[in-house]
Formats: sequence, structure tokens, C-alpha cells
Amino acid sequence: MLPEKLRSIFRPAGEPVSSAGTPRVIAPGSLAPRKSSRSAAPVSRQSRGLEQFFFNIRDVVGLSILDLSGATQENIDFLTNLGHKLYSQDIMRSMDDAFGSDLAEQTNVSRIDYFLRTNFDYQADTLDGALLWDSLQFMGPALLNATVERLYEVMRPKSYLLAFFTANERATEVMSHSFRIGDNKTIVLTERGSRPTAQVFNNRNLEKLFGKFESVKFFLTRESLREVIVRR
Amino acid sequence: MSMWSKKEETPAPRPASAPPAPVIPAAAEFKKETVPVSTTPYRTPDSDPRNTATIGKSVKVIGQIFTKEDLYVDGDVEGTIESQENKVTVGPNGRVQASIRAREVVILGQVQGNVEASDKVDIRKDAKLVGDITTSRISIEDGALFKGSIDIKKAEPKPTAAPVVSTPPAASASAAGASAVPVGAAGIKR
Repeated sequence: MLPEKLRSIFRPAGEPVSSAGTPRVIAPGSLAPRKSSRSAAPVSRQSRGLEQFFFNIRDVVGLSILDLSGATQENIDFLTNLGHKLYSQDIMRSMDDAFGSDLAEQTNVSRIDYFLRTNFDYQADTLDGALLWDSLQFMGPALLNATVERLYEVMRPKSYLLAFFTANERATEVMSHSFRIGDNKTIVLTERGSRPTAQVFNNRNLEKLFGKFESVKFFLTRESLREVIVRR
Repeated sequence: MSMWSKKEETPAPRPASAPPAPVIPAAAEFKKETVPVSTTPYRTPDSDPRNTATIGKSVKVIGQIFTKEDLYVDGDVEGTIESQENKVTVGPNGRVQASIRAREVVILGQVQGNVEASDKVDIRKDAKLVGDITTSRISIEDGALFKGSIDIKKAEPKPTAAPVVSTPPAASASAAGASAVPVGAAGIKR
């Protein structure tokens, strides 16, 4: 008899539903990041989304920018050198703390409420920009909608957020990364293990997800990634 | 007799909570000076353990701490820590639920509270800080966990003693007006 932790590892993953926008059924216990077999070196690449994000907030200082990739010296230096105030946290780690390794917990209303209170406890209209990176694609539908709704409240009108989603609609799990800003159009990605994607994201779904926001702009990259700039 | 006196010279054992002995510089640093040196007394480094108050890892303090020397916290503190002109270090065993105000703050353990440092905040690997930071400079190592905001306030240059120059009353009045204008915070305020 295997211990519970080992059993959850060897449990087969749930079958993904191919229809866009429908949540996949993923076996409990499969949410935690899986270490890749080899430790990948950081990869640097250009990001049109990031370039657009900084283009949109150019010539303004003293903004409040949220960075969900966890505090890194590079991001702190880059954003504070532009004269902005940085709000930083490692949202993937917070998700693991709040929901554990069970994706089903992401439907638990009280846990979602706790997650939002501990991670997005800002007053309304506080943020002038948000770098969400790839975090949203690992959220189940209930958690995702609640998080986007909360972001809408805490972001100022005319502010921007940047988010990445895999463009591979057949992928059941994708690599999560930490993101460091190289310059205003370059990011350095470091792998943090693969995670199951909770939903399929295409342009139509994303427009629906950010329906309350003013506009959504997409950039499709060579790495099968949708970079999304959303204007509040 | 000499045997008794020898016994008296035996150094007392170091207390368990004493900070580590200062690192002895490499032999290469003891080169004989070939240039004239200043006659001003040697200033001890900031981390000199003789000038550091220590809260050991088995100590818990609840309340307000004010200190005019460096502070090393390796125990539990709940309340506030204030050491405006000095350095506060939270050691690897330190667990602080307090706001910290100091010239420099170094964190190796856990802090829950706001940190305000006039000079620098240094968050080391495996440290955990939940709170808002206001400082001039910040350094964070990979592996540290931080959750909160970072507000960089460039330190205002200290007013230097103006040379005594006899000026007419009108000129000195305009100079006083000019010095009242805040400087050094450009680019931060919205």
C-alpha cells in the first residue's frame, strides 16, 4: 500500500476536454509543480507584451506596479529605477499554500476568499499596472474568475496588466516560470517545473475572461505563447 | 606561585549567546604601511560585536525596543524595533513580528511587519519578509521570500555646514529661502 503522497503522484491524470473554454477534469493531487528531468538554464527572450506594457506607462513615475513573479533583484531594480513603487509576491507559492496540491480545492469558496484576502488585499484603484506573467493559466475557473474580478477592483481605470497564456490548446500541462526583467522588452525565464493547465485559453475565452476591462490586445509568440495586454 | 597565577589567567568560557568572533583578516592585509597614516583613532566596523546588542535565540521580547547601538535579533520579538542611526540584523533563528526602523536592516530569518531603513535593506537567502519596505537601497538574494511593497526613497543629502561668509541681509534671506526647498526626492512622487 503506497502512502497518500506517493499514490497521488502515480494517479493517472484526468482526460482533457478538447472543447475550448471548458474546464479540464484533472485528478486531485496533480496540481503541484513537477520538476523537469534536467535543470534548465535561464532563457532570455524578447517580449512584445512587456514592451507594450512599458510603452503604455512611459514618461510617468510614481506608479504602483504589482509583480506576481516573486521578488527578484532584477525586477526590483528595473521598476524602482523607473521611479515606481513595487508590490511584489510569489503568487504560485501562495497558490500552493492556499490550495495545496489538489485542484479541486480551487473551487472551495472559503479558500478562494482567503487567497484573495491574503494576496490581493489592496484598496480599490490602488494599482497602476500588474505583471501577472503566466500565473492565471494555472488557476481553475472559479479561482480565475474571482481573481480577475478582484484585479478589476484594485486596478485604476486606464491601467494595464500583462499576462501570458499558452497557445497550445492541447497541452494538459505546461512549464511554469519565474520571470526577470532584462530591459523594457526582454525577459529572462527560469523554469519552475511543469503544472497542469486548468483551462484552455484562446482569444475568445480571454476576451470573455476580461470582459469588464476596456480592451484586450494579443501578441502570439514563436514559443506558442499568447502575451496579453489588458487595459482596465 | 607561578602555577597559581597561571591558573588565574585562564580566559573565562564564552557565553553561548555571544556573537561570533570577528573574522581575522588575511595575513596579506597586515602589510607594513609605507605611507603616512592618519592619527585619528581607528573606527571599528559596523558589525563589531562589542557594539552590538544581542537578543539570543532563546529570548522572547514583547514590547518596544529602542537602541543606540547595532542590534542582532536571533530570538522572538513582538512589537517595534527602533535604531535610527544603526543596523538591525535579524538572524537565521530570528522571528520578528514588529515594525523595524533603522539605518540598515539585514534579514536572514523571518519578519512580519513594515521595514523602514534610511540607508539599506538586505534580504538574504532563505529569509522571509511579509510587510512593506521603505528604503534608499535594497538587496534581495534568490531564495528569499518577500511579500509586500517596496518604496525607494532617495536619501536627502545632509545639510553641510556652510562656510561662514559675511553677506548682506538681503542675500542671506534669499539663501535661507532656497535651503527650505526640499531636494533629493525627485522622480518618486507622482
